[in-house]
Amino acid sequence: MPVNSNIKKLNINSNAFWKGSRPFPVRLDMELTERCNNNCVHCYINLPARDKKAKNRELSTEQIKEIIKEAVSLGCMVVRFTGGEPLLRKDFRQIYLFARKQGLRVMLFTNATLITRELSRLFKRVPLLEKMEVSVFGLKKASYESSTRNPGSFARAMAGIRLLRENKIPFVVKGALLPGNKSEFRSFKEWSTEILGKESPAPVSMFFDLRCRRDEKSALIKKIRATPQEGLEIITDNKDSFLRDTKGLYASFRHFTGDKLFSCAAGHATGCVDAYGIFQPCMMMRHPDTVYDLKKGSLKGALANFLPKICRMKARNPDYLLRCGRCFIRVLCEQCPAKSWMEHGSLDTPVEYLCDIAHAQARFLGLVGKNEKAWQVRGWKKRVRNFIKSK
Amino acid sequence: MAKKAALTSVLKHSEDVVARDIHGEFIIIPITSGVGKADEEIYSLNKFGKAIWNKIDGKKNLKAIAQELALKFEGKQTAIAQDVLGLAEELLSRKMIIKDK
Repeated sequence: MPVNSNIKKLNINSNAFWKGSRPFPVRLDMELTERCNNNCVHCYINLPARDKKAKNRELSTEQIKEIIKEAVSLGCMVVRFTGGEPLLRKDFRQIYLFARKQGLRVMLFTNATLITRELSRLFKRVPLLEKMEVSVFGLKKASYESSTRNPGSFARAMAGIRLLRENKIPFVVKGALLPGNKSEFRSFKEWSTEILGKESPAPVSMFFDLRCRRDEKSALIKKIRATPQEGLEIITDNKDSFLRDTKGLYASFRHFTGDKLFSCAAGHATGCVDAYGIFQPCMMMRHPDTVYDLKKGSLKGALANFLPKICRMKARNPDYLLRCGRCFIRVLCEQCPAKSWMEHGSLDTPVEYLCDIAHAQARFLGLVGKNEKAWQVRGWKKRVRNFIKSK
Repeated sequence: MAKKAALTSVLKHSEDVVARDIHGEFIIIPITSGVGKADEEIYSLNKFGKAIWNKIDGKKNLKAIAQELALKFEGKQTAIAQDVLGLAEELLSRKMIIKDK
């Protein structure tokens, strides 16, 4: 037996890694708070940092540790801490060290404004084992703070990023196309490539979700999110990549979703716990029929008894069944129960905005004609075959 | 390069790693930097490796561990002892186990 045959380096994200079934959840998403020190115009969740009512409702340190411990006992490998701004919690360091000492890899979503010298040293000494994800919504004070609506936040974010770089903490940045930073779109790509030392630029979101708690702030998001045409122009900026990715998606497209509501990964590999101990299939999904209170049960109970019922839920809305249920451009569309919830308060209502985005892309690809609706197309299989074969 | 150990070495698990048995995989996860290449690496031990790991307790030396494993696993005792020594040196070099002072 060779000396090192008893030990091997591995990639836990690879399906080939798991000998039997994958543990579930492989990853647990935990919103440590809904509060944030920024007030970004497009955010789907943020509450003010000083919202005492929200703070008082949040899980205690011990409750968070209990959930983490249970997730670990079920085989969880990764915990994602998000918010709001997770670093707002005074006990973040304690929670982080607890998770790492349980053997979890940690994903951290942050705006970096609260990264201190002490915290960056902690991440250096006790690494996350996953790249930190930093939101950056502008490259100048004016553009950044017109997005975050928080004076002084630009300087703090840049200082945080500097500390991450100085301490060689692996991180990526994420952008968003917002009214205040549209003119910086190209510069952001260049800056992110330079700062990350990568060939591909950071992702920039533009088709924003509405508020997951369905509050009045959704009205502003509707006004500022990219129109289908604007989005198409940006997506097709790298036409080859768009064509390649879409052909890849169509290569495995076999049939319509019909009345199946959950056709995404939600509830199959990951689960999410909100700041108050409510388990839900994904970060966006807050419909009262799809959430489970962990304070009255357990994570194991949620995964074994509750989640399978959710994943078996069927669409009933005739409009959804007629359109989304038999639409061959669903691979281009982000329609899902969570988006339906955020836009309409139901699980199975077609979201016109998403439908328009998908149709704009399908028209560009030659999959549908100018006034055609995809669900009405009879000979769609031939169109898909031709599209896949096209140069 | 693997660090040197001898069959007389007494070793113990480093407090900077966590071992987890998850769905048939026995994995060693670094907690602090300086263990393996912590930012990117997680290691798995096979059945024999796991048995060695579980015997490392800061009390028994590697020879005693090899003798115990020879009762459980097929193979010549000298070959098993070499395997124990080889893995111990590998784990030492990655700072997953340390010499007991």
